[in-house]
Amino acid sequence: MIAFLVKRLFHALLVMFVISVIAFAIQDNLGDPIQQMVGQSVPESEREALREELGLNDPFLVQYLRFAANAAQLDFGYSYVFNQPTTEVIARHLPATLELVAAATFLIVVLSVPIGVYSAIKPRAWLSRCFMGVSIVGISIPVFLTAIVLIQLFAIGVSWAPFPADTAWGAWLNDLITTEGGMPAYGRGNPVHVFGTWYTNFASLDGLLYLVLPAISLASIMLPLFIRLIRAEMLEVLQSEYVKFARAKGLRLRRIYFLHALKNTMLPVITVGGVQIGTLVAYTILTETVFQWPGMGLMFLDAIERSDIPLIVTYLMIVGLIFVITNTLVDLIYGLVNPTVKLTGKPA
Amino acid sequence: MTFKKTLLAGMIGATMTGAALLPAVAGAETTLRMAYDADPVSLDIHEQLSGGILQLSHMTHDPLVRWTDGLDFEPRLATAWEQVDDTTMRMTLREGVNFHSGNAFTAEDVVWTVNRLKMSPDFRAIFTPIASVTALDDHTVEFKTTKPYPLLLNLATYVFPMDSQFYTGTDADGDPKDEIVKNGNSFASRHVSGTGPYTVTERQQGVRVEFARNTDYWDSDSPGNVDNIVLTPISENATRVAALLSGDVDFIAPVPPNDLERVRESDTAELVTMSGTRIILLHMNQERVEAFQDPRVRRAFAYAINQEGIADRLMKGFATPAAQFSPAGYAGHVDSLEPRYDLEKAKALMAEAGYADGFEITMMAPNNRYVNDAKIAQAVAAMLARINVTVDLKTLPKAQYWGEYDDRAADMMMIGWHADTEDSANFHEYLTACPDPGTGAGQYNAGNYCNPELDMLVAEANLEVDLAKRAEMLKRLEQTLFDEAAFVPLHWQDLAWAAAPNVAIEPVLNVMNFPYLGDLVIDAE
Repeated sequence: MIAFLVKRLFHALLVMFVISVIAFAIQDNLGDPIQQMVGQSVPESEREALREELGLNDPFLVQYLRFAANAAQLDFGYSYVFNQPTTEVIARHLPATLELVAAATFLIVVLSVPIGVYSAIKPRAWLSRCFMGVSIVGISIPVFLTAIVLIQLFAIGVSWAPFPADTAWGAWLNDLITTEGGMPAYGRGNPVHVFGTWYTNFASLDGLLYLVLPAISLASIMLPLFIRLIRAEMLEVLQSEYVKFARAKGLRLRRIYFLHALKNTMLPVITVGGVQIGTLVAYTILTETVFQWPGMGLMFLDAIERSDIPLIVTYLMIVGLIFVITNTLVDLIYGLVNPTVKLTGKPA
Repeated sequence: MTFKKTLLAGMIGATMTGAALLPAVAGAETTLRMAYDADPVSLDIHEQLSGGILQLSHMTHDPLVRWTDGLDFEPRLATAWEQVDDTTMRMTLREGVNFHSGNAFTAEDVVWTVNRLKMSPDFRAIFTPIASVTALDDHTVEFKTTKPYPLLLNLATYVFPMDSQFYTGTDADGDPKDEIVKNGNSFASRHVSGTGPYTVTERQQGVRVEFARNTDYWDSDSPGNVDNIVLTPISENATRVAALLSGDVDFIAPVPPNDLERVRESDTAELVTMSGTRIILLHMNQERVEAFQDPRVRRAFAYAINQEGIADRLMKGFATPAAQFSPAGYAGHVDSLEPRYDLEKAKALMAEAGYADGFEITMMAPNNRYVNDAKIAQAVAAMLARINVTVDLKTLPKAQYWGEYDDRAADMMMIGWHADTEDSANFHEYLTACPDPGTGAGQYNAGNYCNPELDMLVAEANLEVDLAKRAEMLKRLEQTLFDEAAFVPLHWQDLAWAAAPNVAIEPVLNVMNFPYLGDLVIDAE
């Protein structure tokens, strides 16, 4: 176990090292940070002085070694835009992203398990077909489109009157396709302070309202995937010998489905799910941009636009770290759920 | 009394006073929730010379004088000014004005502020004409310029007196409080004390800035009735518009051209547009392309490009077609200069210059800097194809574009320019003056156009204190640039703001895009 964790720690360091080298190597193509810092009419001599001061004129290796030496002491440099240590800037933006991911994960878990199980148990029911059809559509619609449609429907509101409004049925149909709007469509509102840099949206009804639309659109990417995954796994498990035996033994169906079959269904789902949570953190870039959710994704996009190289490098390294951590956790959990798997790779 | 009892009594007391106060306060406070595309990068108004910082300056500070919408000067902290001789101007300052910190505003603060401006990397270039500032008494300052300088009042719109006492001394880290730091933390970038209508109460960079009305504001004639402002940056265009239409915010800027119709037709928002002062243009690089040294070829290009078509169709009327640098209202603006689209003439000129079969050029434009920048470049490329010029077009994000611009990496390059001094000469100095890295002249002259006579003319104009005479000189400048087709002007980008119907934004807006939010009135609903 300890050997496994040490190995993983080594992996994490390696990943972060490789990312930092790549990020540093491409920084010349990310644009000139000086351009973003000064007004347009500032003379070249002032720019050159600033460039010298920031050490941007040094050769690549000198710049990288300086960075690496500081990074080894956990000093990742100052953000050009925020004028603060990059780690502080990221720490301030991280909670917003994690809360958004948590809310989306909650939606995915709560919806995908019952829907997936239902459509596996009753594959021919029209409701199952309906779910499958919608999930195909859901997979193929990009997240920013989902987000913009949600904003139009529930934040701005749509008033349509294609049916004659003076008849009762027409008015009723018009009402049906008309939405009120009024949901908050941008930012986090006024989140409640918990401690340090953590402000939470989960503590008040108002805060939760701000979470609804972004969480739905973020969940919309993964939800169909999980519904289909759970359904496929469940169908397979239902064909297995032990389920047939349980049926023959006369166990109650509910017990078979939810106790025996579901357990084995969830094994691959945990693996995929863990990895996907890492991906979800990355996907927040799109969702956060559309909803201006002040998390890491939006911060990263701004950093690219403003050539804030120290912040870009630190962000990439931290996302790399998050991937390694989630993968490690998945392996640990998988080991707990499925005792036939040994972490260190020795035969059981 | 035991601790518990004290606590209980305290709580009851707090609840009761809270209950008693709440309705009254809630009824009286007006809050403006506004969304710009970005929030100010710093609270230090001398750290960057940019639109965002100047917008902030007009909220937390007051300038000595400010522009009216007719481009005249309106007294603010300076109440009167007189030209003593060619190089000396005396300004009388307003009395009874206090800074947010409570310190009284005096002539010393003006002297201190101008000296700090002369140290700021961003501002010192435009403040070089000022030789010295002295306080004659508590409320009189004297500006001395190195040479006769006609634009001293234009410069005075950039002087937002800062609280010299507040910024004197050292902060907790032992750094001087008045230090200007571009990259790193400084006292001035986190703390602000000006004389302006609002104080900053909370700031989370990139998330929100909160302002409260300065209760001690000197301008008691101001109709402004806004008590609190919450500024949220929303960089995504569609989201910013959605936030206004759904009632999440009361005021947004800028309104993207694609959503103008939607906002105009909405019942929940009012749109205000204005012809702006930022010129969008294309440079033709004479150093890279020999053909561009021939004025006939340059004129042919000018005739081939349909500015009105671009403004109408591409910009959906959200631009004013241009044939010169100076927008209407500027000293050098020549009324008779109009876009000269004429394809036949363009072809004839090309033939005359010996290029009837055209030639190949490269073009570069940013794709996220100006409104529809990439599409404009595509349209221009298509228009040039009709005079047999093949354009190899490359568009880049602004972060990468400016590096290429500095390298003059293409034969034609796009740039937009707003004159910091709101003056015609400024355009020439940066965009068409003979390039000279030593003096910084022609820093953005990617055309390498060079006409020493014009440089002399502008140098003379900058010494001419008689403004009518000076205007004549600047008009001659514009006419010559037009005749020689030194560059291809496209249009002045319009400005657009939108607000909820009860927010009267129109009276506080202006072509500089510095909303005077101190005077903003919100009607009770």
